[in-house]
Order: sequence, then structure tokens, then C-alpha cells
Amino acid sequence: MRVPRLGAGRLWVARGLGGVAGLALAGVLAVTLATTVWAQQLVADLSSHLIAITTGFTGTEVVLFGTTDGAGDVAIVVTGPKMPALVRRKERVLGMWMNTRTVHFSQAPSFYSVATSRPLDQIVSRTLLERQQIGVPQLTLAPQDSALDSREQAEFREALIRNKQRAGVYTPTTGTVSFLGDRLFRTNLYFPANVPTGLYNVEALLIRNGEVVSAQTTPLVVSKIGFSAEVYDMARHRPITYGVLAVLGAVAAGWTAGAAFRRV
Amino acid sequence: MQVYLPIAEMSVNALLVLGMGGLVGFLSGMFGVGGGFLMTPLLIFIGVPPAVAVGTQANQLVAASVSGVLAHWRRGNVDVKLGVVMLIGGVIGTALGVWIFGVLQRLGQIDIAISLSYVFFLGTIGGMMMLESARAIIRRRAPTAKRGKLHRHIWLHGLPFKMRFHRSKLYISALLPAGIGVVGGILVAIMGIGGGFLLVPAMIYLLNMPAGLVAGTSLFQIIFTTAAATLLQAATNHTVDAMLALLLLVGGVIGAQFGTRIGSRIPGEQARLMLATIVVAVALKLAWDLFAPPLDVHSLTMGVV
Repeated sequence: MRVPRLGAGRLWVARGLGGVAGLALAGVLAVTLATTVWAQQLVADLSSHLIAITTGFTGTEVVLFGTTDGAGDVAIVVTGPKMPALVRRKERVLGMWMNTRTVHFSQAPSFYSVATSRPLDQIVSRTLLERQQIGVPQLTLAPQDSALDSREQAEFREALIRNKQRAGVYTPTTGTVSFLGDRLFRTNLYFPANVPTGLYNVEALLIRNGEVVSAQTTPLVVSKIGFSAEVYDMARHRPITYGVLAVLGAVAAGWTAGAAFRRV
Repeated sequence: MQVYLPIAEMSVNALLVLGMGGLVGFLSGMFGVGGGFLMTPLLIFIGVPPAVAVGTQANQLVAASVSGVLAHWRRGNVDVKLGVVMLIGGVIGTALGVWIFGVLQRLGQIDIAISLSYVFFLGTIGGMMMLESARAIIRRRAPTAKRGKLHRHIWLHGLPFKMRFHRSKLYISALLPAGIGVVGGILVAIMGIGGGFLLVPAMIYLLNMPAGLVAGTSLFQIIFTTAAATLLQAATNHTVDAMLALLLLVGGVIGAQFGTRIGSRIPGEQARLMLATIVVAVALKLAWDLFAPPLDVHSLTMGVV
């Protein structure tokens, strides 16, 4: 979480208002923020630290905003929880397309998106992008299967990325961070309806002369809330009870329907 | 109106799912079939993971068969003893099917297994129905005699464990209905269908059961196999989405009521021909998907499978 520091109180206020995204207000705050946040070269926060997946969830936007201590470029990297991934390849078997090859990746981010104030290649060198793992092509995704040759490694890695991009959870394009004046910046982070749950890392990087001079990490929790969360929890942790309830519910529903329409 | 499905982990349009439930319910009411064979492919088509589609469909079918069996029960068209023998086999078959399902899922072959079984069963049954009903329509002028049921004695009737089923006026080996039940159970678990389209002809032709008791008895045992499938899928594969089942159920119940009324006005052979056409069309579509080059030869599964 954010460390308490000078100006934290004001930031907290801004966090509450950020969701409403009052640009004019943000402009006023920019003046005060700029004078109070000396020590930190970069300060950023989110309009909300929790994305609640409720029954009516269709995706959401979170506003990230912050301030720098002067000119420079900002890159925002959002990384979802890492988890094992399986990539399967289909081949023709007797004319049918069938999964014939499976490759395991032990640690693949379930979500990944980047937003920058200028096109990435204009602000940093390739080596830095690779070191900091900024941008989808720079992600470290190593297959566990050591028997793969490098061509196949690349093939399955690209396939993983392509599938993730098609699902909308690896954003293919770089989002834009917009500056209001020299110092105050903001960007809208979009999370689709199929956003994976878990603990996310939102990293804000300040880049000057092709080098990262300051960075700040903010947590973001994506969690199922309410009815859908209860259903999911029960299905996972008390599967027998869940199954019994599902059956009883269906029997009751079928019985009611059969009885209700008896006379009709 | 979008609704988030907690187990499928996706957001769907509630009206679309209700409409699908209604349409399939309508057809199932009209033709007197469960409709699972249409619903599972439809769910997969809108992006529900095949495993979740199959698991959820089993849950939905519990409700559909309960409401269906009530009408038959009131008319006394259920042979409980035979149904119980069948469902013993059915539960064994379901357990076996859920186990096979899990193994195939881990091997990454579940999707193709589901498609292949659909193509095989729907293609065979649909084709046979189509021929039979087409022939019946051509012979329309002939008096409306029931299909000639031959009480032939084949080796199946020589099996041991003979049992007397008074209601159906049968004296046959208990292994026969139990065996049919096993096959039905496997189908419930792997394909997410009640299996009525296979059970009904098997009961008529293999058991020589009176036609009036067939539908009620098969529905009676489908309640238990689908309930067992729901329980086992929920417990072992975590693939039952109660939210999705609820939506399908509401649509299905309403649709079925309208379908039943329309269905009673359509002559039997024509209804069967229409149903056969739909069945064959689904089989052809799935067969096409098996052989056509996929959009992406690679697919991705996240998390531990």
C-alpha cells in the first residue's frame, strides 16, 4: 500500500473524487499537489483499489492519476496475478483437428496492459523495455518444456499472447497517459467483463532521458462480490453442498413449473 | 441486460440465454424430447466453456425431467420398478462418464470427445429418424397403424438375472434395462443430454416395452441420472453454473408450455421429420467444425487443470 507521506491526505481526497473524474477539480488539486509532494519524484494512485465483480458486471474503468516533480514520460504497467498456463496445438488427425501438443507455462500474467504518455519506442530503449518487462513483447514467458527448440518456444509463447489478446486481457495497444500541464497525469485503465480475479500490481514509472528514475507500485484487487461470489465460493469450497443445492433447486423449480402449468 | 456467470466466469446477455432456453424448451415441448442435444451446442456457440455447458445442462435437465415426469405420473405411465433397475445402471454410467470426462479434460481432448459423440449419436439417430418418418409420410394413405413391434427373441433376452416387471408385462433379464441405463448415464455425463433420444428407441426395440410407458419411465430415470451427474460434476470438475442453469430453466419451462400446445396440432410423422432435420443439422454443423481448419490452431487454458 501507499506509504504515509506528505500530501497523502490530499491524495486520499483526490482518490475519492477520481472516480467521478472531475477534470476541473483535478486541475485545482494539481496546484496544491505540486507544491506539497517534494520528496517523491512520482506519486500515483487509483480511483479505486477494488474492482467488484457483481452479478451485473460488464467490465469497468479505473482512473489512475498522479503527479511528477517535473517534465518526463510516464508508463503505467498493470499486471494481473501470475498463474500456470497450458497452450495446446491442434493438428489434423484423420482429417479432424485435434489437440496433439501441450506446453506448460508456469508463470503467465493473467492480465497485462500498458499505458504510456508517448509511444514506447520513443521514450525508452529496447534493453530497458526488456529489463523492466514493459510491453507485451517483452514479457518473460518461458515454457517449462525443455525439449522444445527455440522456434517452438517462440511459437507457443506467441500463441499464449495471441489467445490472451483475443480474450481482451492482454491489451494489444498501448493506452495513453495524458498530462495536464507538466506534472499532473491521468489515464483510464479498462478492465473487461472477463477480467481474471486476484491481486493486481499497478506500476507507475517515471522515465527521463531513456532511464526509469522513479517507480511506484499500487495494489488493485479484482474480486467477485455478492451473489456471484457466494455461488463461486460455495462451488469451490463446498462442492458437495453446492451440488446438492443445485439438484434440490432444480427439482423444486421443475415441480413448481409442472404444478403451475397443470391447468393451463 | 448483462449477467455475470460465476462459474463460467463470463458475462452474458440474460435475454439471449432466456431466449435460447425458451426456444429449446419450445422445441422440446413440441417434439417431446429433452432438448439437451440442442442446448449444449448452443451454449458452446455463445462462448460458454464446453465443460461448463455440459455440467450446467445436466442441472437444467433435472428440472425439465421433473416437470415432464409429473404429467406421466398422473396418468400412471411410469414403470417404477423398471425405472429403478435402469437408474441403478444409470448412476453407475454417470459416475463412469464423469470420470472419463475428467480424464479427457486433463488430456485436453474433452472438446473433441464431446463433438465426436454428438456427431456420432445425433448423426445416426437423426438419420434413422429422418428415413423412418419420410417413409411414414410417403405411406400416409395407409391406415394409421402403429409401427409393427416384433417380439423377436434375440440373444439379449437369454441373459441371466431374469426379473418380472408387472407394469410393463415383461419378464426379462435385469441386465438389459441396467445396461441401457449405463449407456444413458455416460451420455448425460459426457454430452450433457438426458439421452431420451437413445433410451426411448432402446426401450421400445430392445426391451419391447409398451409404448405408453416408455416416455414416462425414461424421464423418471433421467431425473436421477441428471441429478447424479450434477452432483458429481459439481464435486469433481466444478463445472455446474447455477446462475446459467436458472436462466435456462426459466426460459425452458415457459417455452415448453407453448411448444406442447403447438406440438399437439402437428401430425406425428411430420413432427418427427422436423425433429430429425434439426438433429441432423446440428450433427452436420458439429462435423463441419471438426474438419474445418480452426481459427487458431493454438488454444489456451489458464490455471491448474
